Amino acid sequence: MASQAVAAPRRRPRGTALLGTVPFFAYVTIFLIIPTLVVVIGAFAGDDGGVSLANVRALTNDYILDAFGRSIVLSAVSALIGAIGGALLAYALVTAGGTIRRIVTSAAGVLAQFGGVTLAFAFLATIGLSGFVTVWLKDHLSLDIYSGGVWLFELPGLILVYTYFQIPLMLIVFLPALDGIRPQWREACENLGATTWQYWTRVAGPLLAPAFLGSTLLLFANAFSAYATAAALVSQGSPIIPLQIRGALTSEVVLGQQNLGKAMALGMVIVVAVVMGLYSLLERRTAKWLG
Amino acid sequence: MTGVAVHLEGLRRTFGSVHALDNLDLEIAAGELIALLGPSGCGKTTALRVLAGLEDADGGRVLVGGKDVTALPANRRDMGMVFQAYSLFPHLTAAENVEFGLKLRGRRRVPGRAAEMLELVGLSSHGGRYPHQMSGGQQQRVALARALAIEPAVLLLDEPLSALDAKVRVQLREEIKRIQTEVGTTTLFVTHDQEEALAVADRVGVMRAGRLEQLDTPAEVYQRPVSAFVADFVGLSNRLPGTVTGPVISVLGTELPLVTPGADGAATALVRPEAVDVTPAPDGAGRVLTSSFLGPTSRVIVTVGETLVVAQVASSQLPALTPGTAVTVNFHPVPVALDL
Amino acid sequence: MAGVIAARRRRQRVFRWTVLVVLGIFFLLPLAAMLEFSTRNSETWPLLVNWPKLSDTYPDLAEGIVSSLEQAALTAVLMLVLLVPTAIWVRLRLPRLRRLVEFLCLLPLTIPAIVLVVGLAPVYAWVTYFLGGSSLTLVFAYTILVLPYAYRAIDAGLSAIDVKTLAEAARSLGAGWTTVIVRVVLPNIRSAVLSAAFLTVALVLGEFTIASLLNRTNLQVSIELLGKSSATMSVAVSLAALLLAFVLLMLLSLAGGSKKESK
Repeated sequence: MASQAVAAPRRRPRGTALLGTVPFFAYVTIFLIIPTLVVVIGAFAGDDGGVSLANVRALTNDYILDAFGRSIVLSAVSALIGAIGGALLAYALVTAGGTIRRIVTSAAGVLAQFGGVTLAFAFLATIGLSGFVTVWLKDHLSLDIYSGGVWLFELPGLILVYTYFQIPLMLIVFLPALDGIRPQWREACENLGATTWQYWTRVAGPLLAPAFLGSTLLLFANAFSAYATAAALVSQGSPIIPLQIRGALTSEVVLGQQNLGKAMALGMVIVVAVVMGLYSLLERRTAKWLG
Repeated sequence: MTGVAVHLEGLRRTFGSVHALDNLDLEIAAGELIALLGPSGCGKTTALRVLAGLEDADGGRVLVGGKDVTALPANRRDMGMVFQAYSLFPHLTAAENVEFGLKLRGRRRVPGRAAEMLELVGLSSHGGRYPHQMSGGQQQRVALARALAIEPAVLLLDEPLSALDAKVRVQLREEIKRIQTEVGTTTLFVTHDQEEALAVADRVGVMRAGRLEQLDTPAEVYQRPVSAFVADFVGLSNRLPGTVTGPVISVLGTELPLVTPGADGAATALVRPEAVDVTPAPDGAGRVLTSSFLGPTSRVIVTVGETLVVAQVASSQLPALTPGTAVTVNFHPVPVALDL
Repeated sequence: MAGVIAARRRRQRVFRWTVLVVLGIFFLLPLAAMLEFSTRNSETWPLLVNWPKLSDTYPDLAEGIVSSLEQAALTAVLMLVLLVPTAIWVRLRLPRLRRLVEFLCLLPLTIPAIVLVVGLAPVYAWVTYFLGGSSLTLVFAYTILVLPYAYRAIDAGLSAIDVKTLAEAARSLGAGWTTVIVRVVLPNIRSAVLSAAFLTVALVLGEFTIASLLNRTNLQVSIELLGKSSATMSVAVSLAALLLAFVLLMLLSLAGGSKKESK
């Protein structure tokens, strides 16, 4: 590809051709690069406009660290549940026929994008205080799912709600890897005398591990970045980082912490970037084995 | 090492309304290499997979060394198999792939045995490479080494060369033949390439619609096909009209012996192009229609009245056989089959 | 007959249906609950399909719906105008820039929307200064938001055809660059352009973060607002919006699926 590009004849000087890309680059600069720089630079700017580490240092405040911790727990747990559920579903579909597979993957494509306000309201209608399931359980089994406190608006509730888009996302990203497992490998294994257990532990397991891990990381980043669902569900307090940023943006600025929101935003970007970097490394390994 | 005999007995298998195996009987002698040859969908691969235990049969038995293995799962049948392509485990090196089956069996001296096998297939220096770092031909060699490393009772080759280039294909099939002779493992080789089957096999079984149409040595299958199907599938044939009288058929004035006698009267004989001689002769009944140079030999198409005859001639003859040349056509007196 | 293979198939079937049934319940239950919840008041659905009455009763909701539809349409147009010519042009004339363009297009994947809002706030101060505070100005941010998805769709479409050869063939017949792009390349990536547009519409209809934090309105913002006053109605609108997204994306994926099969 690259060598071809170098050899391509240029009929006109390059400058003219570059003109064609000006609108794109200008637009991206204004609405993507500048906002990114605003966050990065703002994180290191004091209220007087000079360079300051106060905002970054403020990230070590207990309430911010707690929020980061909860964000990470929420993302990790929902990613893990989503990964396991999604992988089981993917395996079930690989052994299934074409029609079921097409219907389920299409539905997953929709549900993976299904976040935000509508998802929050769906769960309110299901297991909210007057939700369908809550009421039904109380009426028919005299079971109160909130006898120990209303957990829907806290971390356990967020994990459950996030699972709803994590499982479909896992299905979409993991299915290609499972499809990459060739039936010949299982058959070759059997011919060589392997049991089903040996096949999974020595061949399929190691082959799928990078893809599984990578997909889980992607799910982590997905949950970590999510804002709308939590915003619609949690109206009091700011247990996770995106909600802390909301607080910083909407509430009155605490003296000396004008740019704290930017520092938190930068923290989020760094976490997501690291996770996505690891993901693309694992993805490359998967492409080599199962491509 | 000596091989064991394999016996497929009345195997039946249907997919929907298609009979993939229709009471297939096949005996493979110990140490023998049998090639199953046939068009796609004739059941040859199904036969191999039923023998491997990768496919259930609806009926019939599989005997290996006199033991009934029909109910055994694939992993307890002791068979080495080479697939069409991509069967190496991509996360293991060539050597680790070869060691895989040995380790499962808890054999001692595993690396030594693996090195021996890689040497046998001529890849001793490639043990540390991963499958994606090797060519298709090398991968198939490793697959062969892996299958043979466990000293299987039976070696199964499922179109192992069909994904390779022509040149590598020819090279590797010679090598498979050499290694199989050396190791002496009873082998079933499935292919749709007649040239390949004739080149490697001790006996060739031509399959059609789930049955064996003919099982014979390569020379017999080629020279004395029992049916038009076999004659057609194994090599190119002329279909020439003639008249049967007793054990011979008269084709364009020449009497040719029949492989199997047919009813007297009009019939179509199947005659190989290389059994046809074309000689320039001013008073000949034939006219050269076209001639094409194919390398050491060339192909000439001659019209004799209404009949088209394809002949294979030495390329040195070609200059004398320009289109329009008057020629005589003669047939070698080898037995021919009838198109029924 | 032993049927070793058949036994395994049976085991797989049991596993498959167990997984599908368990997850099916998990995924269908909230939808069923929404339906049940939104029909507790029998007037909700009739009101929802009666537009004049709806916009009378819930003016904020009506405004949100209209805003979202306008935003979706405008974002799709802006995305196509910005991305399609650039993607084609870069492939044809500036292959060395391809990696940079791809990097920029995929960058929003690593920048959460909530972070983008933080950085966009000062930019939008200028936007408001020049263009006013209309909700339609969100289109600028949304175009960035959909960039990764739209780029992937269009790039896949361009990869499937040999753009260079097509362009060379057209130019050897005397076509100018504009003709090459509009009349040769574009018709060949029609389905990719269509799926990029579909994705854009679906994403914009579901957007909440940026609209809410930049104090503008759209469908999701108005649903959230409505949730505080009328729970039943907000759930009904949520369900309707979800069904709309379902239909939209189902159409998209089925179109994509049938294309793959015909190959």
